[in-house]
Amino acid sequence: MRSGSKKFLLSKGLDDYFIGVFNAYKFIGRFFREAFKAPFHFRELVNQCFEIGLKALPLITLTGFITGMVFTKQSRPSLETFGATSWLPSLISIAILRALASLVTALICSGKVGSSIGAELGSMRVTEQIDAMEVSAINPFKFLVTTRVLATTITVPILALYCGFVALLGSFVNINAHESTSFVSFFEHGFDTITFLDMFTSVTKSIFFGFTIGIVGCYKGYNASSGTVGVGRAANQAVVLSMFLVFIEEVVIVQVSNWIRLF
Amino acid sequence: MQSDNHNDIIDTTNAVISIRGLYKSFATLDVLKGIDLDVHKGENVAVLGRSGTGKSVLIKILVGLLRPDRGIVKVLGQEVDKLKGKELDALRLKIGFSFQNSALYDSMDVRRNLEFPLRMNFKHLTKKEIDAAVEEVLEAVGLLDKINQLPSDLSGGQKKRIGIARTLILKPEIMLYDEPTSGLDPITSIEINELINSVQRRYHTSSIIITHDLTCAKVTGNRAAILLDGSFLKVGTFAEVFATQDERIQSFFNYNFIT
Repeated sequence: MRSGSKKFLLSKGLDDYFIGVFNAYKFIGRFFREAFKAPFHFRELVNQCFEIGLKALPLITLTGFITGMVFTKQSRPSLETFGATSWLPSLISIAILRALASLVTALICSGKVGSSIGAELGSMRVTEQIDAMEVSAINPFKFLVTTRVLATTITVPILALYCGFVALLGSFVNINAHESTSFVSFFEHGFDTITFLDMFTSVTKSIFFGFTIGIVGCYKGYNASSGTVGVGRAANQAVVLSMFLVFIEEVVIVQVSNWIRLF
Repeated sequence: MQSDNHNDIIDTTNAVISIRGLYKSFATLDVLKGIDLDVHKGENVAVLGRSGTGKSVLIKILVGLLRPDRGIVKVLGQEVDKLKGKELDALRLKIGFSFQNSALYDSMDVRRNLEFPLRMNFKHLTKKEIDAAVEEVLEAVGLLDKINQLPSDLSGGQKKRIGIARTLILKPEIMLYDEPTSGLDPITSIEINELINSVQRRYHTSSIIITHDLTCAKVTGNRAAILLDGSFLKVGTFAEVFATQDERIQSFFNYNFIT
């Protein structure tokens, strides 16, 4: 039986930090153990993919289109100075497909999907719905966490590709308003400069982003406490932490892909 | 208060729950300090006590949601804290747990709430068998007409009934009720008490009813146990417990009657 005042190994803050990191690793480890072990909840996985895709689609369409359009509009004067406006499709395609599409999609999904997962699981935790699953001999981790993390990992790359296409469409609309360029010619020019490595890096990044958004949202929600305050905190932390990690991953993956590009 | 207890169906030679020397603490707070209790087959035991005395902790240990610090907890002959994975799940299927706030899945309607544990645990069941099971338990709790409603459209008492129905669908041998009448008006409380007794009769369950409602304890419990300061001060029939001269028990009863 424990009694007396609690002793800290380092300090309360540092102890909590290291315990938090350890618990997060345990949570990720459990995800990989559960994800490849039967039973598989395919119906719930498809349901979650559909939910996540539907939630983020309108915002991604709007943001992608405007990003492509505005980026083209802002780049035109600089290229005009050198008489190089014909390079616009290539420039925009590189910027969008290498960096912007996956990043914009990840940030939108962090806000829209990450917060929703954090709040949903947090609310289920504080209202004992997760405990109710457990006492009914249902593995709540497998049913709730595994399906959601897999769904974000699958859906975010698809949404990123869609975002890239819509952004290029926005760019085409802007270019077409200034000079008569055909749709086919725009895309031919654009994709001339895109390599397999660009697409591979972009999709790989999105897979990591999707996994991060799902696992952070689930971790924060699944471990929520302290009633409704805890639910709000879980949703907020899910957004902040997943955005932070997305930027870190972006830097690391770009560095690695640039290093590969040298060979 | 008219007692509706069914002492004739209790098998006192067969303890389905056996607790010996149970200790549980959270950080510096010692909640349970050496609990001993037997619940016999077919028996309803009401555990009374003030809020925060560890009543809910006790039943959460029985289903393996919490682990004891010390002591032996046997449910249907198995030591709960020694079970893991499939063994623990198999035991949990024999225990129904009715949560204080019902814990209905609010994204699912009543039908799907009831189907969910069946579909997840018994994949061989046909749609017809599942529908029949859902209708049977809804009829048992008297809410067949609410089958397509969402939990948010139900009253507190109806949520409790659906929560109980969701546990009954798995045909448990043991029922654990966590504050079944808390937050309910007196008439709905009486209905819930009657439901607990009818579950005991119809499904031959053994139950622990966690409550601080004296009426609920008297009407539903074959025996009552008073949990104060982390241990049982008295276990016996309601009349025996009520007649005890222990000051702490008397003050608990007096406070309940005054309020």
